[in-house]
This record gives sequence, structure tokens and C-alpha cells, in this order.
Amino acid sequence: MKRSLVAMSLALAAGVAGAQQTVNMPIVIELSGAGAVSGTNFRDGAVLAIEEINAKGGILGRKINAPQSDTQSNPGTSRAQVQKAIDSDPYVILGPVFSGSVKVNMILCQQAEVPQITGAEAADITQAGNPYIFRTSFGQQMSMPKIANYMRDGLKAKTVAVLWVNNDFGKGGRDTFVKEMAARSIKVVSDISTESGQVDFAADVVKLKGANADAIFVYTNEEESARFLREARKQGIAKPLIGETTLLGQKVIDMAGPSANGAKGHVGLSADAPLPAITQWKEKFVKRFGYVPDHNGIKGYTGVYAVKYATQKIGKFDRKELAKALHGMTIKPEEEPGILMETTWDANGDIDRISFLAEVVDGKQKIVQTLPKLGK
Amino acid sequence: MLLWQTSQTINFAQGEFVMIPAFFVLGAMKFGGLSFPLAIAVALVISLLVLGLLFKRAVVDPILPHGMLPLVISTIALAILMKESVKEFYAADAQPFPAAWATTNLDLGGAVVSVQNLVIIGVAVVAVIALQWFLGGTKTGRQMQATAQNPTLARVLGIPVGRMVLYTFLINAALVAVASFLVSPIYLAKFTNGETLGLVAFVAAIVGGFNQVRGAIAGGLLLGIVDNFVAAYWSAQYRAAIPLFLLIAVILWRPQGLFGRAEERTV
Repeated sequence: MKRSLVAMSLALAAGVAGAQQTVNMPIVIELSGAGAVSGTNFRDGAVLAIEEINAKGGILGRKINAPQSDTQSNPGTSRAQVQKAIDSDPYVILGPVFSGSVKVNMILCQQAEVPQITGAEAADITQAGNPYIFRTSFGQQMSMPKIANYMRDGLKAKTVAVLWVNNDFGKGGRDTFVKEMAARSIKVVSDISTESGQVDFAADVVKLKGANADAIFVYTNEEESARFLREARKQGIAKPLIGETTLLGQKVIDMAGPSANGAKGHVGLSADAPLPAITQWKEKFVKRFGYVPDHNGIKGYTGVYAVKYATQKIGKFDRKELAKALHGMTIKPEEEPGILMETTWDANGDIDRISFLAEVVDGKQKIVQTLPKLGK
Repeated sequence: MLLWQTSQTINFAQGEFVMIPAFFVLGAMKFGGLSFPLAIAVALVISLLVLGLLFKRAVVDPILPHGMLPLVISTIALAILMKESVKEFYAADAQPFPAAWATTNLDLGGAVVSVQNLVIIGVAVVAVIALQWFLGGTKTGRQMQATAQNPTLARVLGIPVGRMVLYTFLINAALVAVASFLVSPIYLAKFTNGETLGLVAFVAAIVGGFNQVRGAIAGGLLLGIVDNFVAAYWSAQYRAAIPLFLLIAVILWRPQGLFGRAEERTV
């Protein structure tokens, strides 16, 4: 009896010691449903960073423990999963990517004072006064002006048609885009909403052809973008198809096949960016996971390294201090190579860094121009 | 439709039956290293065995004697099992699926027509004509029809009813496999594809007439045209609702379907 009590005490002590040597960073992400492409890339990017950091001894001597849970691309499920993650006393929460999910679960992180590193891009997420939300990519209020400028200066478009997905991401993007078009006197002649998970775009393409706009702006999630591109090609649309990272990402190109060729637009992040750090990261990713990542992989990867860098700066695991430190922080690749590109977070948790104009050529995303940080 | 007529089987996993053969192809190419044409042939055989023979033997035969409701629930469970299995063992995200034909377009008098669409329409027309000919023009087909109309009398007349029902399941499996190979290059292969396809197929069958193959085809055409016209010329937002309004109207005013035959049953 005595012996078993001693054994139990030793096991318990060992368990406690083990727990003390890890830091809990749950990944709550879209692993199924309409956001599976984005979520899987984000998750794998984060896992790659965590494996690298753990192999080098972790953060401040503690290895990262990152349990994964699937939001099923469903806001309700994401809220339950974030609550579950909060109950496990996390240091930060990584994800989700879908804006609709983040909108309903970020309040939980705020109440629990847990920093949340998200891949979501809807404009209003960082405008709600939540000091614990941090982006890993541009918000729409940052990216849409760049696209609008490209429409006006690059394409010389006078009229434009908009096709968008009717969820928080799509609606936020559509509203911001239409506002930017009005500011540049470009007329929106067709405004088409589509459903998340939609498989048949035949009628939408017919409508777009009828609108006869100078350019078509496509703002849907990755899988829908690929299906749309296939249908647009099938119906022989000749007008420029313009989009953001969700139209020009490598996963979309892989799914759409040759139909993606010719699509153009602005990408806040790109796995094909002509930067040595990104190229090396992409090679590591492909070697580890066996597929070519899209921009969401960079979001997950750099998000983890941002947490590592900021934690090392404050010298302790303190959630409140971490959130404070990240606001206004600039991380340069010379100081933290894992950040890949110089990145700044503002007081709202919005991000600023260089971005790119891209085009799909021969089944590959080709960067045609690098745009500077907005703050420069 | 075929299954209902011959064995009174309502299959709520029919959408998933269309979803899964595409993954048989992708699996044969990825894990078996087969070429695309060979993978199609292998997937067709697997579909016949799994979605035809195994489905009948393992699900329908043991459960149908207990009534329609247990079978309906079983096929709903089967649909979930198939979806989750694909998600778990293959992929949760959409997969590109190769097209067995050119993805180019033809210019017909100024109208752009894709070769893909022409192939799909051509295969559908051939499949319908072949099926109609088989059911009406061959001895086996007529025996299947007799089984559908009155299995007891068919058995008395010496028709091997069990075998006829099995043929129906095999034909159903072959048709869903062909449908899967045709739509997956456009819709991409994804574990959730069955939800949309299954719902549309049911609505089409009920609108057209559940007890007539011709009715189901007409229902499908009508639904496709209404869906696309509504989205293109009226409202893309309400496109999904219109077919359901059509369904409600048909159930209210013509429950046998637009081209269906009124049936009476003892309850």
C-alpha cells in the first residue's frame, strides 16, 4: 500500500513537472467544412513553427503543447471549442481563420484575457475595442484600398462587377470594396452574392457576363473561388478576374487547374513572394507536409513566432503583458527569422507589412510587384 | 427512383453514393498508383460491389422487412458514415478531380458552349435511352418492371425476384458512379458534395413524379432551368428557396408529381 502511494506521488510529481515544462497554445481551427483549406494550411504552418521551436528547446525553456480542435467552419462550434480551449488554461489561442467564427468567439478570449492570434480578415474584428485579438494578415480595410488602386491605375476600369460570398468575410470585404470603388468613381454594375459552400456557379457566371463590366472582383473563400474559376473558364469569360489571396492562393490554383490562369490581384501574403525567407519556408513546409502551402500557412507560422518573440521580450509567460507588448510591436527578420517579413502590429491588433500584386501564370502565382508597408 | 420501384427502398444516402465514387478514383490513383482510365474502371467495379451488392446485402435486405422507417434511418446513418469516413481517411478539403475530356470551349454562332457540358448532356441522354431500352426492350428489363409492379405475382410467374432487385441495385450503383465521374471535375471532389446533390435529386424526383423514371428526369430538368433562371435574372440570394417553393406547391396540389401516377396503398 505504502509502496503504491509513493509510486503514485512520484508519478503525480513527474506529471506536474512535465506540465510546468510546457506552454499551452491550443489551435482552434477549420479542419472541415467550407474553411478546411484555409484552416488546414494555418494549422500546418503553426505546427511547423511549433516543431521548430520545440526542437530548439521551446520558449523560455518550455516546450509548446498545441492541442487541435475542429470548428467545422461553424461559428457555433468554434465558440464551444474556444471555450473548451480557455478551460485548459491556455497562454494564447491560435485561430480560427473564418471571420464569422472569430466574431462570435473573440469575446470569450477577451473576457478570459487570453491573446488570440487569428487568420481572419473581416474589417470590423479589430475595430471592436478588443485588446486581445491580433491578426496575422491584412484586414480588409488595409487590403481593399490597394486593390481599388490597382483597379483604377493598373486596369483603368470604369465599371466593375462584384461576386462575393455571403458570410462575414465576404460581406465585410464587399462593403469595404464598394466604398473604395465609390471613392474612386468606379461604378459597380453588378453585385452578386453567393453562398458559402456553393458548388454550382453557372447562373452567377451568366449574370456576370451580362453585366459586361471592365473587370470582375471575386471575393469568395478558397474552394468556392476554385469552382467559380472553373465555371468562368467553362463559359469563356474574357474580362479580367481580380481578387485577393483567396483567389490567387496556391491551393485555389491547384483545385482550379488551368482555369486559374490569368487571374490577378493583390495578395497580402504569398507563399510565392520573391523573398529568400519565404522560399526557404515554403521548401520546409512542402518537405514536412507534402503539399504546396498557401498564405494561410504563413499566417499560422508567423503567428507562433510572433508569440515566441514577444514572450522572450517580456521574459515571462504573462498573457496580459503579452497582449500589451504585441500592440505597437515591430518584429524584424534580423531579430526573429521566423517572422519571415518585417511586421508591425498597431494598437488595434491590425498588421502592417509589405504586400504584393500577383498574377496566375502557367498554374503558378507570379508576383509582379511588391508594395511597401503602409506605414512607410 | 429505380430502387423505390423495384424494392420500395428510399435511399437517403443517394447523394453520398454520387460523392464517393470520385474518391474511389482518387484513392486508386493516389494509393494504387493507377492511371486515370484504369482508376475509373477500378472505381466502377468497387462502386458496383460496395454501393450495389454490399449495400443491398448488408443494409437493405436485413432492415427492409422491419419497415420503411428503419430503412430510412439506416440510410441516413449510412450517409453520415460515408461522409465522415471520407473526411477522416482521405481529406476534409475539396480535391481536384481530372476530367476525362477536353476542358475547352466551342463557339457555336457566338454562343460559348463548353465541351464539358456537351459531354455531360451526351452521357446523360445515352444513359437515359439505354436504361429505357433495357427496361422496356429486353427480357430482363421487363422482368424487372414486373418485379416492380407486383413482386408476389412476378414470383408466381417464375421471375427470379431477388436477382431482379439485385440488378436494380447494380444499375443504380453504375449510374451514381458515372454521375460522380461527370460532376466531380466541375464541383471538385469533397465529402460534403452529397448533401447538395442528394437534396436536389430528391426534390427533382418528387416534383417530377417519384414513381416514373421519365418524371424524375423531367423534374431534374425543370429544377435546373428554374434554379438557373432565377439566379441569373431575378435573385441569386433566393435561388435555393425557389425549388423548395416548387416542391411545396407540387406536394400541395399534385402530390404524385408533375408526371407521376397516383398510387393507392392499404394502410
